[in-house]
Amino acid sequence: MTKSPNQPFRSQSSSPLSHESKGTPPSGGVPLLVAEGICKTFGEHRANDDISLRLAAGEILCLLGENGAGKTTLMNILFGHYVADAGTITVAGQPLPPGSTQAALRAGIGMVHQHFTLAGGLTVLENVVLGTQSLWSLRDVRANARVRLQTLMNDVGLRVDLDALVDTLPVGQRQRVEILKVLYRQARVLILDEPTAILSPQECDGLFTTLRALAARGLAVILISHKLEDVMRISDRIAVLRDGRLVGEVAAAKAKRDDLVRMMIGRSLTQVSKGTSEGNDQDTGEPVLVLRKVSVRKGRDRLCDVSVSVRQGEILGIAGISGNGQSLLADVIYGLVRPDQGEVRLYGEAISSTQQVIDAGVGRICEDRLGTGMIAGMSVAENAASTRRRIPPFARWGWYIDNRAVRARAQDYQQQFDVRCRHIGQPIAELSGGNIQKLILARELADQPRFILAHQPSRGLDAGAIAFVHECLIQARKQGAGILLMSEDLDELLALSDQVAVIFEGTLSAPLARDEATVSRLGLLMIGHADEIENEKIEKKSKRHAH
Amino acid sequence: MRIEKRPHVSILWLVSAPLLASLAALILSAALIIWAGQSPLRAYQELVLAALGSRGGLAETLSYATPLIFTGLAAAIAFRAKFWNIGGEGQLYIGACAATALGTGILTAPPVILIPLLFIAGALAGGILLVIPVILKTALRVDEVVTTLLLNFIVLLVVSFLIEGPWRDPMALGWPQAAPIIDEGVLPKLLDRTRLHIGFLVAVGCAVISWFVMQRTVWGFEIRAVGLAATAAAFAGMRVTRVVVIAALISGAMAGMAGVSEVAGLKGYMTLDLSPGFGYTGIAVAMLAGLHLLAVVPAAIFLSAVYVGADSMSRTLDIPTYLADVLVALSVLAILVCTVFARYRLRFS
Repeated sequence: MTKSPNQPFRSQSSSPLSHESKGTPPSGGVPLLVAEGICKTFGEHRANDDISLRLAAGEILCLLGENGAGKTTLMNILFGHYVADAGTITVAGQPLPPGSTQAALRAGIGMVHQHFTLAGGLTVLENVVLGTQSLWSLRDVRANARVRLQTLMNDVGLRVDLDALVDTLPVGQRQRVEILKVLYRQARVLILDEPTAILSPQECDGLFTTLRALAARGLAVILISHKLEDVMRISDRIAVLRDGRLVGEVAAAKAKRDDLVRMMIGRSLTQVSKGTSEGNDQDTGEPVLVLRKVSVRKGRDRLCDVSVSVRQGEILGIAGISGNGQSLLADVIYGLVRPDQGEVRLYGEAISSTQQVIDAGVGRICEDRLGTGMIAGMSVAENAASTRRRIPPFARWGWYIDNRAVRARAQDYQQQFDVRCRHIGQPIAELSGGNIQKLILARELADQPRFILAHQPSRGLDAGAIAFVHECLIQARKQGAGILLMSEDLDELLALSDQVAVIFEGTLSAPLARDEATVSRLGLLMIGHADEIENEKIEKKSKRHAH
Repeated sequence: MRIEKRPHVSILWLVSAPLLASLAALILSAALIIWAGQSPLRAYQELVLAALGSRGGLAETLSYATPLIFTGLAAAIAFRAKFWNIGGEGQLYIGACAATALGTGILTAPPVILIPLLFIAGALAGGILLVIPVILKTALRVDEVVTTLLLNFIVLLVVSFLIEGPWRDPMALGWPQAAPIIDEGVLPKLLDRTRLHIGFLVAVGCAVISWFVMQRTVWGFEIRAVGLAATAAAFAGMRVTRVVVIAALISGAMAGMAGVSEVAGLKGYMTLDLSPGFGYTGIAVAMLAGLHLLAVVPAAIFLSAVYVGADSMSRTLDIPTYLADVLVALSVLAILVCTVFARYRLRFS
């Protein structure tokens, strides 16, 4: 290697990866990145417990584990966000100084965070060069950068319009910008945190092709994920974390799904998915929620002519890539946003306010647990009472809050739904995501609502908590509730729903019955290719005719 | 270097932080006292004795604390709802105007009726003054820090016009002051030969009542929820705008009562120097109290003791009076810094 890793930005090399292919061979030989005995504790919680990893150039390693297994902590240590309590990291034989993202960048470690770190008002080009230049330098690096980026994009096959404002790009493109940013800084190790969470199946394929191409050029890739299918498809090697410990490493080619699951959660999980929605023949329940030609615009979100009806005893799934109007649809049903046109009827009555929706008895499991579902600064007990604060048992005479009753009810919730907290006076924000979700379920399902709106009910939860959420929903449906389930996780939708509709840019497709809804068909609808599905149908028909 | 949240915050540390901070402020101010050529120990002894050591001193401290309790409550209630009311000073003066308008002879009634009436009028006036910034904020998203702050100066100019013009007392030998409050409207004294009046009890009563409302009623719950997380509050069915309006009106009412208590209890008539910035000091009181409505009372008494004591200290020891301001400013800063460090810690890397 001719260039010092300390000065990657000054390099004039046409391709930032070229020195790699000249240097360490793509596989075997000296490992590029070595982490030895990494430990990190937060309070009494051992987030990382003696983890050692090796990564060779040209290899795609996947870190698999449930939420809270310590994947992100480990990556944050590699990238210098956290300082490990013990352990060392070496990159290409050089020790990495701990706790400095600058040092990590200089050593060639680049990270694409789950939540992007892009400046929306700047162009792609500006985002890429942002931070690569000294504040005191007066030279404009953009012309230079443009040339380098063009060659880089040609070499690896990533296409983005360099002059587009980041705000105007779809999520998949933004992810490419993030990857370009890392490559531009001549990364030798690319870390991606949950990269597939926000992509449609087709976009995932694109990402995987790119990653393969990059690996072939000598880049080492670490992928953090809890999606088994993705992991098994893309990686060379899979490292499984559980409770902060490295419980196993397997070559992806030899990995079996069941083994991975067992390693991940420490026991085998009886499949929640299939056979859960049996016995739903009484499909002629009363409609509990009806939307007729609802149109509304709010900021950049919009809904156009959305009509949908949810009946008692059915689960209607809504698939879609996030940002296509799901949140707005939920807000309309919560009574937070008035539609510009059209009508919303809940149990046959028009919606006038959020309080009316709550009082009518609706289970609302919202997308953002701590930001919307719960009042972050308040205690577990206060949050248990927050939506029904004006009525008994929580309030007397309509205005005096009976703290004893609040605590008693909160304790009931805590026991029935196994909410783990030190005491019910504990601030809700200190609880883990799964426990917050359990408290939400307890609060929202306590009075057996006839309609439930579940928006991303299992996002970010571990397998055990997801199973619990699904059980609650299935149980509620058995008792006759109508459920609108919005999710970006197709497996979840297909496992639970009786029908699935797809939302794309504010328009809702007609619902597909579950046997018609395949991943590929939903995937096409999710990126707005409704016509191709029509073609597919016609093809099928003609084939049938041919037979 | 970065700031991290402490995983566990011990109650002991939270309680002792303000005390440690006051100590730190005293030590820092000691440097200035030494510079002024006096012994800090003697100075502080003088300060404590003057503020708390005698019947007269204690009464003075409590009567100075009275408007601070009102304005402290005004700031704390508004801040709880994330409505940044910086206009306590203006609301205080408008409250005093209301008391002057009704209490200088237009109405005659026995004190049992007239005094509560004056407080209600002052509260209404203070609340109504905040209607303008509230409407601007909720309808047009105009920042209330700017509007409430600037209203202070408008109110002062209006007061200046009133007491130099239509309300000027012809008996005042040309001084710009309004007619005195009639005897039935003057707040009775709590202690003979001191300035302490029942306004102090009204202030403490307001603190207790507003604490009860904040902690135990649906309205208080909604105010706290909206202040902590407006989106989540809306999701829980609360009408965020309405809650903010209510909190703002209560806040204005508290500051308005401070004006009533000063005019009808202490001065007896309206002047332009009715308040040496009680409205602004109320913000410091509220911050010291950590926005806890009961803690506003000790916080106000603490600051008042420092002011009263430092005033006397500077007179007897012949050191500059502004040391009192320095001492108050330092203790507020030190306490705020300490409470932050009780919850967060610095990490050097």
